[in-house]
Amino acid sequence: MSAGVPLLAVSGLVVRYGAVTAVRGIDLEVDEGEIASIVGPNGAGKTSLLSAVAGILVPAAGTVTFAGRPLRGIALEDVVAQGIALVPEGRHVFAGLTVNENLLLGAAIRRDAGAVAADMERFFAMFPILGARRHQPAGQLSGGEQQQLAIARALLSRPRLLMLDEPSLGLAPTVVDQVYALLCTLRAQGITILLVEQNAARVFGISDRAYVMSGGEFTLSGGAAAIRDDPRFDAAYFGVHMSEAAGGR
Amino acid sequence: MERAVQIVVDALSVGSLYALTALGIGLIFGVMRLINFAHGELITMAAYALLFLFGLPVPVMLCGALGVAIVLALLTERVAFRPLRNADPTTLLISSFAVSFFLQRLLILVVGSRLKGLDFLPELGREIRLFGIRLQVLQLATIVVGLVLLVALTWFLKATRLGLHMRAAAEDFRMARVLGVRANRVIAVAFALSGILAAAVSCLIVVQTGVVQPRMGLQLVIIAFVGTVIGGLGSLPGAALGGFLVGAVSILLQALLPPQLRAFREAFVFIAVAVVLLFRPQGLIPARGLRERI
Repeated sequence: MSAGVPLLAVSGLVVRYGAVTAVRGIDLEVDEGEIASIVGPNGAGKTSLLSAVAGILVPAAGTVTFAGRPLRGIALEDVVAQGIALVPEGRHVFAGLTVNENLLLGAAIRRDAGAVAADMERFFAMFPILGARRHQPAGQLSGGEQQQLAIARALLSRPRLLMLDEPSLGLAPTVVDQVYALLCTLRAQGITILLVEQNAARVFGISDRAYVMSGGEFTLSGGAAAIRDDPRFDAAYFGVHMSEAAGGR
Repeated sequence: MERAVQIVVDALSVGSLYALTALGIGLIFGVMRLINFAHGELITMAAYALLFLFGLPVPVMLCGALGVAIVLALLTERVAFRPLRNADPTTLLISSFAVSFFLQRLLILVVGSRLKGLDFLPELGREIRLFGIRLQVLQLATIVVGLVLLVALTWFLKATRLGLHMRAAAEDFRMARVLGVRANRVIAVAFALSGILAAAVSCLIVVQTGVVQPRMGLQLVIIAFVGTVIGGLGSLPGAALGGFLVGAVSILLQALLPPQLRAFREAFVFIAVAVVLLFRPQGLIPARGLRERI
């Protein structure tokens, strides 16, 4: 992709829950301005990997470097100020708070109230349903609307890297298309995206780089187009390790 | 007629006291899932602050009580609860018992367990005539203080940035932190607010009873805790409502029960609590955010 320093570099990452190892020594790079995706079956360790990058989990080993700076020892609430925003699995909007309040929380680290208000108006234009329901509790939104809210909320921190954990989960296919179209728009605006999904086919269409994860390891990695056409993809998805990854790196 | 109004005003004022106490407990439970029985000692210590400052101008005494309650609240958070932040709620509960017992015993050691008389703001004990009905100034003052603090707390939670962060933290603390909400600040503010509420309750109780003793806070907190449970643990409107109801109902029972049953007033209160929980196990105003987290 590019010759420079990657925006996000993960090296030798290990995540353990007690005796269970969820992530077994992962290396990952995401360059500025690209969409990278991680696909794999349920339980592959994808969410654990994102959680470790976001600071929710402390890795047992390995390093996470963002924009050239190691994230080790940074408190969970300080990660977002580094420029990393997370749209977690299950969206986690604040159901009892209004749409407006959810978005304000997305800007929790910002002090420029005027610019925040302008950003919110921009998102209300981009997601008209959120604007129409801005004073309603977020719990009253549909799943697709909550996903839009979770993405808008993450963007309000003005991140350099947006990480999304299974944003298509539980959404109608047309809504998924909208979400993915939005991700392409965001990439065009210069935001780097790390996307985790179970459904590989749709993701590869918009991704630049892809990783296949299974059993806590990357079993295949490379350019998204190359991986999509790689005959070894099915085996990699279901856990067979490929000693030589497909080209593109 | 006069008697009926007096009973209602009495019920409203005692209800306000318990509502304020229950709010203090509810605030901490909301952000930390901690049932802070040491809240009672904030009330007790603020009362002893009044005792030690007695004779100084009233504003100084009030500031002293407020300062002691706030500092003690922040100190207990820092020393007893922050190291256990990620521990099981049961561990936190036991820690709060430990703090409560420690402070009580400390007081007994230092000042003794005997109750001490304290004639604080005797003017409030007077009666006034309002529309031809004799009412105690203190009861009216208690209702006013209760309302003012309720409105101020609501304003803080609804209209300020920090209040928004607190409400978000109460619903889903980890997600709030992912967005950059500062856990230590939110929790410290919650404890400081609970200190303010405790100091207000303390002053009103001291004026009402005229005495100070080491167990005064715990008795209040246990009843107020019952209020937060029937109101809906984790819900602040629920805590205020539940605390108010427990206080008001016990006064109404006191007034309305036949004299030979009055001694069993508490039993009737707890029967009412059991009935509420039977039909609304989540409380009258169930809380959000007691569900799954990331």
